[in-house]
Amino acid sequence: MARTLYDKVWDAHLVRQENDGTGLLYIDRHLVHEVTSPQAFEGLRLANRKPWRVDSILAVPDHNIPTVGRNEGISDPVAKIQLETLDNNCDEFGVTEFKMDDIRQGIVHVIGPEQGATLPGMTVVCGDSHTSTHGAFGALAHGIGTSEVEHVLATQCLIQNKMKNMLVNIEGPVGKGVTAKDIVLRIIGEIGTAGGTGCAIEFAGQGIRDLSIEGRMTVCNMAIEGGARAGMVAVDEKTIEYVKDRPFAPKGDDWDKAVVAWQDLKSDDDAVFDQVVNIDGASIEPQVTWGTSPEMVVGVGDSVPNPATENEAVKRSGMEAALAYMDIVADAPITSINVDKVFIGSCTNSRIEDLRAAAEIAEGKKVAANITLAMVVPGSGLVKQQAEQEGLDKIFLEAGFEWREPGCSMCLAMNADRLEPGERCASTSNRNFEGRQGKGGRTHLVSPAMAAGAAIAGHFVDVREM
Amino acid sequence: MEKFTQHNGLVIPLDRPNVDTDAIIPKQYLKSVKRTGFGPNLFDDWRYLEPGEPDMDHSKRTVNTDFVLNKPEYAGGSILLARENFGCGSSREHAVWALTDYGIRSVIASSFADIFFNNSFKNGLLPIVLKENVIDELFALSAGKELQLTIDLDSQRVVVNGDSSLVYDFDVDEFKKYCLLNGLDDIGLTLQHADDIRAYEKKRKAEAPWLF
Ligand code: SF4
Repeated sequence: MARTLYDKVWDAHLVRQENDGTGLLYIDRHLVHEVTSPQAFEGLRLANRKPWRVDSILAVPDHNIPTVGRNEGISDPVAKIQLETLDNNCDEFGVTEFKMDDIRQGIVHVIGPEQGATLPGMTVVCGDSHTSTHGAFGALAHGIGTSEVEHVLATQCLIQNKMKNMLVNIEGPVGKGVTAKDIVLRIIGEIGTAGGTGCAIEFAGQGIRDLSIEGRMTVCNMAIEGGARAGMVAVDEKTIEYVKDRPFAPKGDDWDKAVVAWQDLKSDDDAVFDQVVNIDGASIEPQVTWGTSPEMVVGVGDSVPNPATENEAVKRSGMEAALAYMDIVADAPITSINVDKVFIGSCTNSRIEDLRAAAEIAEGKKVAANITLAMVVPGSGLVKQQAEQEGLDKIFLEAGFEWREPGCSMCLAMNADRLEPGERCASTSNRNFEGRQGKGGRTHLVSPAMAAGAAIAGHFVDVREM
Repeated sequence: MEKFTQHNGLVIPLDRPNVDTDAIIPKQYLKSVKRTGFGPNLFDDWRYLEPGEPDMDHSKRTVNTDFVLNKPEYAGGSILLARENFGCGSSREHAVWALTDYGIRSVIASSFADIFFNNSFKNGLLPIVLKENVIDELFALSAGKELQLTIDLDSQRVVVNGDSSLVYDFDVDEFKKYCLLNGLDDIGLTLQHADDIRAYEKKRKAEAPWLF
């Protein structure tokens, strides 16, 4: 029977299946960070259990690590305990961890692929919903809760029901200046934040094939914002090229065998999907979210939607509440919205290509006077190093951006990087929920180029015209 | 894990779609390394007027009297009524821990985000999906007044105000129901299949050695 990419990876990892359809799925790679793991390690200890396969685990602190003054240690005492707890747990159980002072430290979803710890066809889990990122390699990757973290630690397996198959096709090429972020925001605008609930989404079509692996990671990263726990892209030459020679990638004979096996990591031509969405690539503009949910998004050339045009009562009141929270008016052109802060970073957009795209816009220009803070937070120590070798840090610093140490930073504002009440931010992260970047803060999601453009202009601009 | 068999409780109506995990428990409380103590900070941004930090005495903060959790008619409620896509956003199980720590035993909504839905079952919190028109009816029944529901997991029924003629059936996955009814730790259940896991590993190592 013809199978989808998701079907194939699922089948290859099924340890057993119960009569009611519940599967026991084997997990190849378990990524761990400080926020969702302490209670899981504690549970393990209380039950006198050990990790089933300690070499499958890779840990890194990222969520509440400071992005400045690291040599002074961590000033927040509560965060400090959590970070120390991760270090201690990893030491006690023998888990490989990139500690805070390791050049390889960074956001968990950036370092996995960077190290080759994420491989095509793997099952990858992490106690973080953006684990969907790793699906860019034709892996089955999804976020799990802390109880499941403990379950995977103890058993190397996850109890799972099979998801449905959804296909999102970006037909034809996208226009110049349109990035992976714009593609995925447009997809979420189309399907809604619950559109992919219960599904694994395969992203396909020329618009996706044309993307680099980093771009595909950006798209899969936000599958969860469309409600899907997992996003996937079929393996091609670019995938194999990206993985080759990375520290955790197979070498020699194993590499040759792996490359042969990976050729099959695509949906069969006649595979049937439960749901198919087609989007014309040429119709995608640079996107800007205007509300408090990623589905509240429009093209940069559009205006803020008017709730009066929405027939459904629950939706309409949701739009009204979002406009009130965001303090913007219906029908205002997107380009008329001024911002206070700019954040370039997060597991969605903090890889080298993202920084290059932002630097290209910022080069030789200055951050606008109304911007109180524009910050660039690389996704990992190695991304930072690479950017510095290319001189990107200088471009940012000369333009008036701050250049920080790697971590999640203002994506979720667990550390000191945050919005104050009422502040408005152009952000390359993935969630614009109320209070996400600080209580009362207002977030507009955009691509790195669009964020840099907003920093220079002081308001949103169409970067294709810069 | 706490068992869930039958529960009788007061409904707290939270009439908004897409309630995300950031709203359920804001990020500053995720720094804790424990599973307990999150109750006072459930819906923190909506519940209190000033921004909250983990080290505060939350009983001294100014409450937002407009927020449903602070209304006297819903005090002591243990069943949360919500709308579509409840629990969207991050995978943080802290969201479930905050609900259970507050005393919520069940959340009723027209749909849930996948990860939240799964996490609930692991903590003795029963998420119940009912049709949108039923949800509308329940919101009408609970608007400004007391609505008591009896939830029976074994028979998969919700009884309204003890009235046996006003009953809604719900679906629940067999395995999840079994674990919840018996308060079972699923790690123990999985480890009963340890031989299967080892056999899988052996076979897989031969086929795909680069994964080990
Ligand atoms: S960067 Fe943001 S979304 Fe990504 S893992 Fe960190 S907190 Fe989560």
